[in-house]
Amino acid sequence: MYVLGLDVGSASSKVVILDDDKNIVSFSTVQVGTGSTGPARALEEVFKKTNGLKIEDMTKIVATGYGRYAFEKADKQISEISCHAKGIFHLVPTARTIIDIGGQDAKAIRLDSRGAVSQFFMNDKCAAGTGRFLDVMARVLEIEITDMAEYDSRASEVVNVSSTCTVFAESEVISHLSNNIPKENIIAGIHASVASKACGLAYRTGLEDDIVMGGGVAQNAGVVRAISRELRRPVIVAPNPQITGALGAALFAYDEAKKH
Amino acid sequence: MTETEGMNAKQKLAYYLDKSYADANAAHSKGELVCWSSSIAPAEFCVTMGIHMLYPENHAAAVGAKHGAIEILELAERKGYTMDNCSYSRINLAYMDLLVEEKKTGKTPEALQKLDELKVPRMPLPDIIITCNNICNTLLKWYENIAVSLNIPYIIIDTPYVHDWPIPQHTIDYMKEQFKYAIKQIEDLTGKPFDYEKFVKVQEQTQRSVAAWDRAMGMAAIVPSPLSGFDMFNFMALIVCARSQFAAEDTFNTLADELQVKADAGQDAFKGGERTRIAWEGIAVWPYLSHTYKALKNLGMNMVGSTYPGAWSIHYEVGDLGQMAAGYCKMYSNTCLDNKVNVISDVLINTNCTGILYHLNRSCKLMSFLNVETAEILKEKTGIPYASFDGDQTDPRNFSEAQYDTRVEALSEVMEQMKAEKAKA
Repeated sequence: MYVLGLDVGSASSKVVILDDDKNIVSFSTVQVGTGSTGPARALEEVFKKTNGLKIEDMTKIVATGYGRYAFEKADKQISEISCHAKGIFHLVPTARTIIDIGGQDAKAIRLDSRGAVSQFFMNDKCAAGTGRFLDVMARVLEIEITDMAEYDSRASEVVNVSSTCTVFAESEVISHLSNNIPKENIIAGIHASVASKACGLAYRTGLEDDIVMGGGVAQNAGVVRAISRELRRPVIVAPNPQITGALGAALFAYDEAKKH
Repeated sequence: MTETEGMNAKQKLAYYLDKSYADANAAHSKGELVCWSSSIAPAEFCVTMGIHMLYPENHAAAVGAKHGAIEILELAERKGYTMDNCSYSRINLAYMDLLVEEKKTGKTPEALQKLDELKVPRMPLPDIIITCNNICNTLLKWYENIAVSLNIPYIIIDTPYVHDWPIPQHTIDYMKEQFKYAIKQIEDLTGKPFDYEKFVKVQEQTQRSVAAWDRAMGMAAIVPSPLSGFDMFNFMALIVCARSQFAAEDTFNTLADELQVKADAGQDAFKGGERTRIAWEGIAVWPYLSHTYKALKNLGMNMVGSTYPGAWSIHYEVGDLGQMAAGYCKMYSNTCLDNKVNVISDVLINTNCTGILYHLNRSCKLMSFLNVETAEILKEKTGIPYASFDGDQTDPRNFSEAQYDTRVEALSEVMEQMKAEKAKA
């Protein structure tokens, strides 16, 4: 038996296939999300990595993410809150607080000892504190987003960057650049800005250990360091953090398949 | 025979709402007095003296619900009002300017024509305004702006915040004095002595209307519920604008009778699709009323609990100004956090709700500010899960359908899981 979880986010599409023992058979990520070719490409890629599996071989399919209703072949749609919780708890059963920063939202989820969601908070309607914020800043700084963590590791100090508004922050970054402040320190400030937004949500959950990060932004070690610094606690990064939502969706698909 | 004989409650609602605007417009044309009032200010004084009442908050909600808000909000912003101001106030102040422009030039401004095309009812300019800060303090400056712009009398009923129960005597005395001054202002404007005999009759009518409203709204708690919470939002327009008139009593008694018939027959307003019951805390998102309803309905979430309609359940002993003062001052957003928690807690218990959805309303700082703490306390006290969403009562730019859906779905999943666990246990 095989099941599939699809996470169609705002900025990327992720797919996970599980086998009968909940092992990940294959996964894929494509860096474009809902409304694009991303979901189709992610599906194509995930099947390519298998020994000839096809979508018809999937006993159940669950979709999550902002584009969850756009995929007609899904048997069920489940919110990304429940999917990230399920995926991360599966990977890190000691997780009690989840911080997930995706393309256009940030969320903090509190889990109980069985992995059930007992509370969640999401960012308000603003790009500040999300992956989109980092995209904008990388463009202003003329660097690749994947290089931001390395720059951050060389920072000698953390400059102040607004966490209220992406446009405010962009102006501040431009002003720092024109004052010849090193990019490393500006980037550390950008990461601190993202961290302060996410931690604001996390504090509201009650902040119980272990704290685990998921979502695409967790791949940025600079943000993880900034969050850990802000919370004054260690933060575990989920393995393959970008696919934790898709993994959760696949685990829900697994449960559905076993029900019948 | 009354003019509404044979009408059902929905027909009566539409009839009386149209009539309230038509009567005020006709009165204005004849040179009679029109008052603009905040939604929970005492209407009894003006109604006693035959002044026609209109409610900018109701009107702004209609502008929002009929999808006419954006252009009017942009007009307000061009005047310098920021998006951080309440959207009811922005709509109303821009609307006032449009009416003034029309009066000065004799030409209907394009934005006003558009509202006419959307069938948003027309409000004539007021001759007097009354506000009561039992629901919000923005009202004071919003209405002051109207009063200064139009150079008209302004009645303010300032309600001290209620921290302790029972309501202190000094608060009641302070409000009674203001009531007396309001009466004097109305006497000065009308040139007539206040009619105390009629005042008692108006108070009696108000109490009958409130009793009918309570009776109808109480039906939402029945299992299965014959009344959806979103119908509460629709009917609310009339308890706002006709609380001191027979129209409200007539409509809500008809509604209560209809709901009783449905309840006796076991009929469900949700047509059998109820999986969970949810409470809604805060003002409706008027431009997205349909979306916010359908997103819940698709998940089998029946919104049967809301503290918002209860805001107009203002009870007092007729003939006693002190009691009336207490009634207007204990409006729950004018009371301490503990009371707010108790009020919502009672709603949850009475309606068997197993989840709460909080509207963090950009326009309403008071409610949003309190909601965060209220949510935490209630979760601690009852264990009932909640979610919050960002929105606005009438500014459609401050609401995202996708964000709302995600939060509602996640809450539904938590509620379903708890339900399954309870059933298992």
